[in-house]
Parts: sequence; structure tokens; C-alpha cells
Amino acid sequence: MRHTITVMVENEFGVLARVSGLFSGRGFNIDSLSVAPTNEDSISRMTIVTRGDEQILEQITKQLNKLIDVIKVIDFTDGSAIEREMALIKVTAEEENRAEVLRIVDIFRAKIIDVTSKSYTIEATGAPAKIDAILELLRPLGLKELVRTGPAAIGRGAKGWKG
Amino acid sequence: MKMNGARILLECLKLEGVDTVFGYPGGTVINLYDELFSFKEIRHILPRHEQAGVHAADGYARASGKVGVAIATSGPGATNTVTGIATAYMDSIPLVVITGQVPTALIGNDAFQEADIVGITRPCTKHNFLVKDVRDLATIVKKAFYIARSGRPGPVLIDLPKDVQVAVTEFKYPDTIELRGYKPTLEGHTRQIEKAVGMLLTAKKPVLYVGGGAVLSNASVELLELARKLDIPVTTTLMGLGSFPGDDSLALGMLGMHGSYYANMAVSHADLLVAIGARFDDRVTGKIATFAPHAKIIHIDVDPTSIKKNVRVDLPIVGDLRGVLAKMLKVLEEQGGAIKGFREAVAPWLLEIEGWKEKHPMTFKHSASVIKPQMVIQKLRELSDPDAIVATDVGQNQMWTAQFFTFTRPRTFLSSGGLGTMGYGLPAAMGAQAAFPKRQVIAVCGDGGFQMNMQEMASLVQHRLPVKICILNNNFLGMVRQWQELFFDKRYSQTCMELPIDFIKLAEAFGAKGFQATKPDEVEAVIKKGFKTPGPVIMEFKVAREEKVLPMVPAGASLTEMVLAS
Repeated sequence: MRHTITVMVENEFGVLARVSGLFSGRGFNIDSLSVAPTNEDSISRMTIVTRGDEQILEQITKQLNKLIDVIKVIDFTDGSAIEREMALIKVTAEEENRAEVLRIVDIFRAKIIDVTSKSYTIEATGAPAKIDAILELLRPLGLKELVRTGPAAIGRGAKGWKG
Repeated sequence: MKMNGARILLECLKLEGVDTVFGYPGGTVINLYDELFSFKEIRHILPRHEQAGVHAADGYARASGKVGVAIATSGPGATNTVTGIATAYMDSIPLVVITGQVPTALIGNDAFQEADIVGITRPCTKHNFLVKDVRDLATIVKKAFYIARSGRPGPVLIDLPKDVQVAVTEFKYPDTIELRGYKPTLEGHTRQIEKAVGMLLTAKKPVLYVGGGAVLSNASVELLELARKLDIPVTTTLMGLGSFPGDDSLALGMLGMHGSYYANMAVSHADLLVAIGARFDDRVTGKIATFAPHAKIIHIDVDPTSIKKNVRVDLPIVGDLRGVLAKMLKVLEEQGGAIKGFREAVAPWLLEIEGWKEKHPMTFKHSASVIKPQMVIQKLRELSDPDAIVATDVGQNQMWTAQFFTFTRPRTFLSSGGLGTMGYGLPAAMGAQAAFPKRQVIAVCGDGGFQMNMQEMASLVQHRLPVKICILNNNFLGMVRQWQELFFDKRYSQTCMELPIDFIKLAEAFGAKGFQATKPDEVEAVIKKGFKTPGPVIMEFKVAREEKVLPMVPAGASLTEMVLAS
């Protein structure tokens, strides 16, 4: 089962290596990982998408919590979070499909951020499933390059992560 | 007061109560050693290899319960510590390992004797630090000691660049430290503890399964009280030996691959298993699907990751064992009446276990012509002091010691359980002897493991550490040979140590004494002479070459599928 986990960590060198080393050392999967500082200078926030059964996920969260530099671990699997991901997509856009690409971009409320006579570069934002969907439509038109950020997640409701 | 980083480190060690360090000088710790030269409050012991230095600090920590401290230089000095650190990590031993590092300006430049030791030791330390600014040093040292000894203990490494040792700042040791990501749960949950007592009192066939956590948490008194109060039999893991008196009528000895028949039968027939500071290692459980098939499991551990890692658990309790057991005893006290009924209810279970004990006691075939290693271990027990500390190597010597020495006190059995590090025994004994100069300290080694760190004979002699070394010499890497005999058609690939070493001359070359027994009737005299001779002594026993450690549960088999001694 797919899980989205948020990990609040000390904003110090080596912390990313501790977290990624934990996953590789214990054979856990990482589908995606995004990390950046937060509104508090001393804290960085990671969003990790991983897979595994209940027992594996329990181990993952426990092992993460065991790291000294990990301040808090939140498993957002129960749908209690909003997830957003950005993709930058370079597609072939020659005469016959230039209009089709534009239509797709419009439907998904994406943006063209770079254009040449032979290509469009698209910025798309949304839940991971939405990114999957736009990619599925663009792929047959000639997908040249893709970069996805991996999702960022934030809990629903008025409460912050500190409760 | 203003002082340099090297001096600050030493002042911090002193304030943490460190009286002994095990270290090896080198280019990037030369400033530290220069400060140490005139710093008389700390005794420095010089091993002959950094790995041995860390094992010695580890032996010191296991025997004394204090944090062991080791020092090494950068590069090769630091990488040599890795096996020692990993050994301590697997067995949750509190260490602070200090490594020199090239000056901060050179880090990452492939400088002479540079190694990314923080990166290398990340997966085998509880935590590690690179000190980049001398103003952070005192706080980092304080954090390191706190992390090493609290919660589930473990090794912490501090990497200290040369320029930070030289840099000067105002020294003030912080009173408190803030680690917002590290708050170990020590207090067991009261409701869970009450539930556990409820489960205990309704069990008919309970077993306490006790691991190294009971030693680390100093919970022996509470453990004994709990077992005696309720008449519950106790089996220990290798790491748990000594936490419960092995000569008690409720003691079942060790369980698992080389555990006793009756311990493995008891676990396999129990209706309640209380795991106390144990982690269901594969050498303990055998085939996991058939482990304790009839038992509900209560698991008490300070580390939540140990719980439900390998086996299902019916009732988890996270907390420091000593406190949890004390709370259980208190809850039991309030249920005075139920205890009597419980003891009557478990009486048939104890009888059933007695039956297993009589059927297959822990035994071996004696011989009048060739020395049986098990007999040597029994004689060592018989002739040694009651509070003697025994460090072992890894393999047959370790298992025979575990099976036949009958440990009765905590912190008297030092052995590499998790990592299984050959070469551990001699330096660990050295560390224990440094902690307790007046107690008898014995290193039990095979001829293979002894050779992995035999250079430490020099350290023993230099520092007047009178460790008594017992070498069970079968000219084989015995445990691997045993597996080759049983599972590889006696194809003894590279396990025969064909060169016969003269261990007596070796001892003499180091300025120590050596004695040898080649026949069973010489064993006692050699041990007596060895114990009586001042200073470090090698006692070599030419033992039955193809003796096996039995009982044995083959790897991957169920605990009931034992190969027995008779």
C-alpha cells in the first residue's frame, strides 16, 4: 500500500543521508522524497512516499522516530492530508499536435513556460493522480523529458503539525 | 576560562566521570595527546590496534555499566574502529568514540589520512557528530554521553578536526541540553502493565524470555523477585546470561540454536511468553513461523522498533525494564491472594519442565584420553572466583562458555552476540580488567579468534592487566568446521589452521607466562597455576579437535528440531 509520510527533521548536514540510509539499509522502498526548509530555520520538512504492508510501515515510522535528528513523523495515509506535486514536461509540438497540446494544458490548468517551434515545456501542478493523468495524454504526442518533484503534503484542517 | 578544543574535550570527559580511555595516537589527534600528557585525571590505555581499543572500551562498559571511551586518529585509525563500533551497536553498548579528523579546511579534499568516518559509521552508531566549531564542542560531548547511555544505549562517535582541537574558546560545560528529536520512553504505560499482570496471572504455562536489556537496565533484582514470586521459569538469550542466576531452580539456561533442550521445549509449549529486553533474533527463534506457537507474547523493551519487528506481539510495553518490572511487582502486591492460586496452577508446568530437564540435561560425553572443551569450561567455573568476569570470542568457545559456565551475576559475561565478532574476547577482557583491576578476568578464546587480536598481549603486559587467557585449541575454526561436517559433507574448506603455534613461547615473547594442558588430568593443574601466577597468562588446552556444540537447532529449523548430544 502507498503511504505518504511527513518527517520533520533538524535542518543540519547529514540528516538526508541518515534518512535515506535508513531506507536503503533496511530494504524499505522510497517512491519519492522531497525536502526543503520550513518557516522555522532550524527545521526541514521531508515528504516521503513509500510502499509496504502495515508491519513494514510500522517499522518505517518507528525507525524514523528513532533517529535523533527526526523531530516528528506523520503518516498521512488515511487521506487526512492534501498532496500536491509539480511536473515540468517537455513535449514535441509540431504543426499537427500543437493545438492538441494546448488543449490538454488548458484542461489541466497547466502552463506553458517555454516554447520553441518544435516543443512546449509545460508546468503542471496537482495531486499525483492528476500529474499521472496529464502525462498519459501527453505521452502519445511525444514526451521528450520529464521532471517530477514528488508530492508535498500538508494536513487538512486548522491545526498545524505541532497540534 | 579560555582553553583549546583538546583541553575542553578532556575537561568534558572528566566531568562525565570518565577515568579511563583506550586510545591510539596519530597525526590528527596529536594535539589531544599533547594535552593528555599533563592531564593526570584520566588513565590512558594504549592498545596495539584501534579495533581492540574500541573492544576494550566496550568490555569496560559491559563490565562496569559506565560509558566506555575510545580515541583514534583520522583515516585508518578511524576505519579500524568500525568493527568495534558495529559490535557495540548490535549489542546496545554505550560508547563514546572520538576520532581525529583532518583540518576543517581540508575536509573533502582527499587529504592525507582523511576518511569520511561520520558517513562510514552512520549505520552502525546510535548517532554521530562532526565538530566544525570549537564553540559547539562542549555541548556535543554532553549530548554524545547522554545519547550513548540513555534509552536503548549505543555507541556515539565524535569526529574532531585537528584545527578544532587547537582553536581556543571560553569553556563552560552546559548544565542541560536540548534534543527535541530524542525523548526515549522510560516509564512503562500503567494500563499496559496492569494488563500484563492480568495475562500473567491467568497463564498456565508461562516463560520469561530475558535478553541483554535486563543487563543493560540493571534489572536483575526485580527480575529475580518476579520469577520467584510467581514461580515462573526463566530462559535467557546469550546476551541475557547472568541477568538471572543460572544455578537457580527456575533457570532454564539459554534458548535458541545452541540453547538447552528444556528451554527450547518450554518456549515451544508455553502459553505465555514474556520477552524482557530481548529482540527475537533469528538465532533465538529458529523458524519464525513455528516459534512459541501456543504462546501469547508480552514484549517489554525500551526500544519501540524491537517490538513487532520479527514476531507478532499481543501486549507491547515500551519502557525501561527495571522500572516496568518494579511496577509489575507493585501491581502484583495488590493482588496478593491471586498469587497463591497462580503458583498452584503453574506447578504442573514446572513438573513438565523438570521432566524435560531429566530427559535431556545439558551434558557432553566425557573422555579420559582427550580434553573435552566443555570440561575445561566447567573447571574454569569451579576454580574461579564467584565474581570473575569472563569475556569470550565467537564460535564454539563462546557457546561452550554460555552453556557450561553457569553465570550467576550480571555483567560477568562479555560476548559479541549480535555482530558475532571474532577477536572480541581478549581486548574486551582487557577493558574489563581496567575497570576492575582487583577482580579475576578471564578471556575464553578459540585459537582462531585469539589470533585476530593477539597483539593485545603487549597492552596487557605494559599496563599490568592480569587477564587470564584460556585458549581452547583445536587447530580449527571450530564452528564453521562443525557446519561443514553437518551440512557440507565434511568438506573442511579453509577451516583447518594447519600451522601449530607455540602459544607458550608467544606468551613469553610478550613477557607473559604460558602453560599448556594436553591431557584431561592436566587441566585442573594448569588452571590453578594460571590463576595463581601474577600478570597476564595464557592457558592453552589442546582439546578434542572435532567436538561439536550441541544441542543444535539447524539454521531455519524449528526449536523442537534439535540435534542432541546423546
